[in-house]
Formats: sequence, structure tokens, C-alpha cells
Amino acid sequence: MNEGGKKTIKMLSLAVLGMFFFSFALVPLYDVFCEVTGLNGKIDLSPSRIVESDISEGRDITVQFVSHNNEQMPWDFGPSDEVINITTGKYYTATYYVKNTTSKAMVAQAIPSVAPSNAAAHLKKLECFCFEQQILKPGEEALLPVRLIFDNELPDNINNIVLSYTIFDVTEDNLDELASYMHEHGEDHHSMGS
Amino acid sequence: MSAVIESHDDHHHGPAKGLTRWLFTTNHKDIGTLYLWFSFAMFLIGGAMALVIRAELFQPGMQIVEPEFYNQMLTLHGLIMVFGAVMPAFVGLANWLVPMMVGAPDMALPRMNNLSFWILPFAFLMMLSSLFMEGGAPNFGWTFYAPLSTTYAPPSVTFFIFSVHILGASSIMGAINVIVTIMNMRAPGMTLMKMPLFVWSWLITAYLLIAVMPVLAGAVTMMLMDIHFGTSFFNAAGGGDPVLFQHIFWFFGHPEVYIMILPAFGIVSHIISTFSRKELFGYSSMVWAMVSIAILSFVVWAHHMFTVGMPLAAELFFMWATMLIAVPTGVKVFNWVATMFRGSITYETPMLFAIAFVVLFTIGGFSGLMLAITPADFQYHDTYFVVAHFHYVLVPGAIFSIMAAVYYWLPKWCGNMYDERLGRLHFWLSFIGVNVTFFPQHFIGLAGMPRRIPDYALQFADWNMVSTVGAFLFGASQILFLFIVVRTVMGGKKATPEVWEGAQGLEWTVDSPPPYHTFSTPPEVK
Ligand code: HEM
Ligand SMILES: [Cu+2]
Repeated sequence: MNEGGKKTIKMLSLAVLGMFFFSFALVPLYDVFCEVTGLNGKIDLSPSRIVESDISEGRDITVQFVSHNNEQMPWDFGPSDEVINITTGKYYTATYYVKNTTSKAMVAQAIPSVAPSNAAAHLKKLECFCFEQQILKPGEEALLPVRLIFDNELPDNINNIVLSYTIFDVTEDNLDELASYMHEHGEDHHSMGS
Repeated sequence: MSAVIESHDDHHHGPAKGLTRWLFTTNHKDIGTLYLWFSFAMFLIGGAMALVIRAELFQPGMQIVEPEFYNQMLTLHGLIMVFGAVMPAFVGLANWLVPMMVGAPDMALPRMNNLSFWILPFAFLMMLSSLFMEGGAPNFGWTFYAPLSTTYAPPSVTFFIFSVHILGASSIMGAINVIVTIMNMRAPGMTLMKMPLFVWSWLITAYLLIAVMPVLAGAVTMMLMDIHFGTSFFNAAGGGDPVLFQHIFWFFGHPEVYIMILPAFGIVSHIISTFSRKELFGYSSMVWAMVSIAILSFVVWAHHMFTVGMPLAAELFFMWATMLIAVPTGVKVFNWVATMFRGSITYETPMLFAIAFVVLFTIGGFSGLMLAITPADFQYHDTYFVVAHFHYVLVPGAIFSIMAAVYYWLPKWCGNMYDERLGRLHFWLSFIGVNVTFFPQHFIGLAGMPRRIPDYALQFADWNMVSTVGAFLFGASQILFLFIVVRTVMGGKKATPEVWEGAQGLEWTVDSPPPYHTFSTPPEVK
């Protein structure tokens, strides 16, 4: 093998390694790309600090709320109001009703999505139950708030926005959190998840 | 005694004897042969699975297999044909031909060459053994979309993941070998723009492999971590995203489809030029067309995902980028036709396969263009129209080119001519079989028959029956192919070194069959 050959092999092996890591780099890149462009209906999952603007510049829009239960997730889950009429540039609070219908304590995570997807960049949430996991004891119910605002830059052709939440059962992956929660809240371990 | 020493001094050792010849060989011709036979065995196994699928679809309703088993057949058929039949066949051809075409004594890394072949049978043994495991073989389609392949996968998915790792490693090593051979071992005087087109096509293919096989490895590694280590790359509940899987898969997947067609472009260029008895029309435009196809193939992947809910701008971008690929592809088709134009054409078996390639591959290209029209794809996506499209580019495309190559170079490899009458019979049976199988799938696809479903509505019954008849005809004619090849290897009319009148290239300057070691001293290329 001559010098040139060795060099080619080295370069190619580096390229292979590089591409392998690139495939992992695609994961954060994808999220950043989606967040920056608001593609894919992905919403910024951190509380925002937007201030309300002058209402007179706002525009009337309709927001519909929908809910899905992922797979076998047995909880009752749904919006308190299915439709609200709001004005851009002003904060509103909507609520979702949730009830653990099982006899075990469970952990849930709600994942939001917005349609049309280019509305996502204009939706800001001051507070949302989707920012954190929900732990409910057997039979426990709750009203979960989401405090949201659409900014005035919302494209003119969008008058109707659908905000969807899918609720996932993540008990299996969070047994430790569940145990410490139950401990703090004075429950014995008998009613814990599987 | 002195005679023995003399013949030894000659540097032309013959091959070792017996099984060890094949196990330990580092000879590019032996390894090429191994790859080609392996690929043929996989072709028959994958083909048998396809016949199970077609037999079930012969009539509406469920008659032969359970839906679960149908899904496993569908998945294994796709995986075996792509990774076990088409890709190893091209690697086998590269092994046999690239060193002989560039005037090199062997591949640059002979031991790695041995390794990259011998890990392949293990990869596929592992994949096939999953058929006998609890929960059955992978059943999520050859595209193994998460979460079907993670949350809902059978336990055998872990073996699937490892076999993909192994065959990926094999492809990467093969690609490194090809590139180093071509870049460093060309005979003096053979500049890049004097290289035969098959060599060019493989050089570009090898770079594509280097770029995307690691991404495939990354994708299955992420699956492995999601399944066994609690990560959430593709699990929405944990903050991951199943759509991300599709992006990563198709970032690999679209260049992959060109990996399966570029070497075919090279082969067909050789054959058409030889049997038209003319220089290939537009050599340099052929090279540039392949380079631009390869580059463009990295920016079109989302045409497989038009319906996942992308914003308008992305839909438009991927639509136009995809259509742009039709331009260099059109250049190639034009050049092949221009080469044949006013040539003194004879229609030996390799030429028949090559002409059928040009015509039928172009049909596949056109259906591809229809699929690239975003709004139309919402209608066509996941129907049999897509199945018809990719089978046209892969069966009478990639696979016909491999058969053409075998008929064209087999006399060189083994020193015997194949039986021309049987060869033509094989061609016509395959040609009719392929079209009877796949053309009707355009119709039932446009009429809305979904792909990957073991049962269908009554209005699709007639064309499905036709399609199944064609599939069995095509399958049976491959037994004839096996017979022809075996008979040629065993004996027959002796081939001249040139084999084909006026054939161009260094491989035709050595004997048929070539000595075990060729070009130990590099030839001079003018
Ligand atoms: C002019 C060139 C081509 C164009 C415009 C084109 C376009 C497309 C489009 C838009 C799809 C997605 C259809 C859908 O799922 O709704 C598709 C699928 C596919 N194409 Fe092509 N294509 C071209 C050439 C090729 C070639 C050369 C190959 C392989 C040798 C190929 C193999 C495939 C495969 C395997 C699929 C289906 C993948 C799957 O979903 O299982 N295509 N093509
Ligand atoms: Cu594609």
C-alpha cells in the first residue's frame, strides 16, 4: 500500500465516523429547525414572558381544543370548552379536565401540537400543564390550565387554529418520581403503579 | 525439480484447493464469485417470499397465510432483495471487474475484502433465523418506521438491528476498498476521464455508501437505545418524534435507491456501446450526469414523506428538487438512445436486457415523476402505484442490468460461451413476466388499492390475479437462468479473449478465463 492509499483510507474512515455522528446530530438539529421555523406544529416547551399588546390592534380568531389518548391510556381527558373565540395579543386561560380512572397511581405526559403548523411560532404559553408530568392517585381528578396568547403577527389567512393535546402513559419510565411523590404525599406503596 | 521451481518463479500461483480456497481467499475474482453466488441465493429466497405474497393476493380474502406472517414475508422480502440480492450483486461485479478494468492486480485491501464478504452470510442468517423466534420475524416493512419497529416490534427486532449493523459494516468496507483501488491503483495513463463508465459509476456509488450507510447504522442504533435503554429518540411521550425517524431513514433511503441504480447505469453503457458497435455517445456528460444525480440525491428525501404534514414551502422544495433529478437522468437515457442510433446493432442476450433496461427503467422514472407531484402524491402514496414505480426501477432496472452484466462478462469469467438460444428465452420470459406482474399494479394503485395489506376490495381482483400469474412466470424463468449459468460454468463453446466483436476495455485484453492473477505488471494505457 502506497502513501496515497493510506491517506485515502484515513480520510474515508473519518468520513464514516463523521456521518455516524452526523446521524445523531440530526436529532437536535431537527428540533432546532422545527422550533426556529415553527414547522411540524412543535411548540416551544418553556414558559414565555410576552406582554400583552394593545387589544385594538388584535384580531378575532377561533381556537379549537382537541384531545387524544395515546394507545391504552385509560384516563378521562378532554377540554372544558371545545371552542373559544379570542383576540390576538391578549392572554386567555383554558382548562382540560383529567381523571385517573384506574386503581393505580399513574404518571402522564401531555404533548401539544398546533394546526396549521405555521401558527405554532405565534403561540406563546405562560403556563401549561404540558410543561410537566402529571401524577394522579387512583380516582383523582383535576382541571389543568393552559394560559396562552397568540401574537399580533399571526398570518392574516389564519382564522381558525386547532390546539391538540395527546396524553401518554409514562408511568413505567418514571417509577422513581412516582415513588417519591407518593412518599411526600403520605401514601403507602401499595397503590403504586405496576 | 527445476521445472517446478521455474513455474513457481512465474508468480502465477493457482488457487488453493477445496473449501479453504473460498474461506480464506483474498483474490478479487474469487471474492467476486462468492458475492455473486450469495446474491443469487438471496434472490431466490427473497423471490420465494415474494411468491408467498403474490399467492396470497391471487384472490381477495385470506386463503394461504395469516396476516401476521404476510407482514413478515413482506418485510423480509424487501430487506433481502435490497441488502442481500441487489447490493451484493453489484459489489460482486465490482470485485470481478474494477481491478481488471483499471489494470490493477487486485483490490487495494484484499484481506478486508474477504472479511466484508464473509460477515454477510452471518448477517442474513441472523435475520432469517428470526422467522423461528418467538413473536416471529420483523413485520414492520423494509422501511422499519418507528414506533412500529420500536414500541410495537416483535422481540426479534434486536437481531434485525444487529444484522443491519453487520451488513452496513460490510457495505462500508466494500466501498472503502473500491475507492482506494480506483484512486490509487489505476494503470499508468488511465486518467479519471479515461476510466470505463462502470468504474466511474462504482466510484460515485462508493462515495454514496460512505455517506449514508453510517446514517443507517445511526438510525438502528437509536432504535436499539429506545427499545433497550429507555431513550426517547422516536418516542413522543418522552419528547422524541416518530417523524424524525422518517427523516433520518429517508436521508439514508433515497441515496440508497441510487446506490442500487448507478452501477446499473455503468453496466448498460458498456453493453449498449459494444452491441451498437459505436463509441458511447457523450462520455463526459454521462459522468457529470451521475455526479449530479448523486449530489441531488441528498436533497430530495422528503418526497417519501409528503403526507406527514410538512409546511407548503418544504413540499414545494422537495417537489422541485425531485423533478430536477429527472434532468440528468434524461441526459443518460438520451445518450443511450443516441449511441444506438444508426449503430450496427445485434441483439444478443446482454443487449436485449440492456435495451429492456432503458425502456422499462424510463417507465419507472416517469411514474416517479408522477409521484413527485406533491398534490398527486397525496392520492398515490402508499398505494400499489408506488409499488409499481419502485419495482419498475428495481427489477427491470437494477436486476435486469445485473443479468445483462452476467451474460456479458460470464464468458470472460469462465471461458465458455453461454447458450444464446436459452439466454434469449430467459430474456423473453423475464421480460413478459416482469411486465405482466408490475404493469397492472399501476392500474390498481391509481384505483386506490393500498400497499402492504394482505386482503383487498373486490374491484381489484382481476388485475391482482394477472399480477400473480406474471410473478410465477418471472420466478420460474429465474430457474432457467440458474440452469444456463451452471451449464456455462461447467463447459460449452470456448470464448475468445475478446468475446464480443469490438468490445472496449482492458478486461478483454486478457485470456478467457483470465489467469488467477491479472495485471501483476500494470498495462500501459494510451
Ligand atoms: C426520475 C427518478 C425518480 C423519481 C422522480 C422518483 C420519485 C419517487 C417518489 C416521489 C417516491 C415516493 C412515493 C410515495 O411513497 O408516495 C418514490 C418511491 C420510491 N422510489 Fe423512486 N423515484 C425515482 C427513481 C427511483 C429509482 C432509480 C429507484 C431505485 C432504483 C427508486 C426507488 C424507489 C423506492 C424503493 C420507493 C419506495 C420506497 C418505499 O416507500 O418503500 N426510485 N420515488
Ligand atoms: Cu426517493
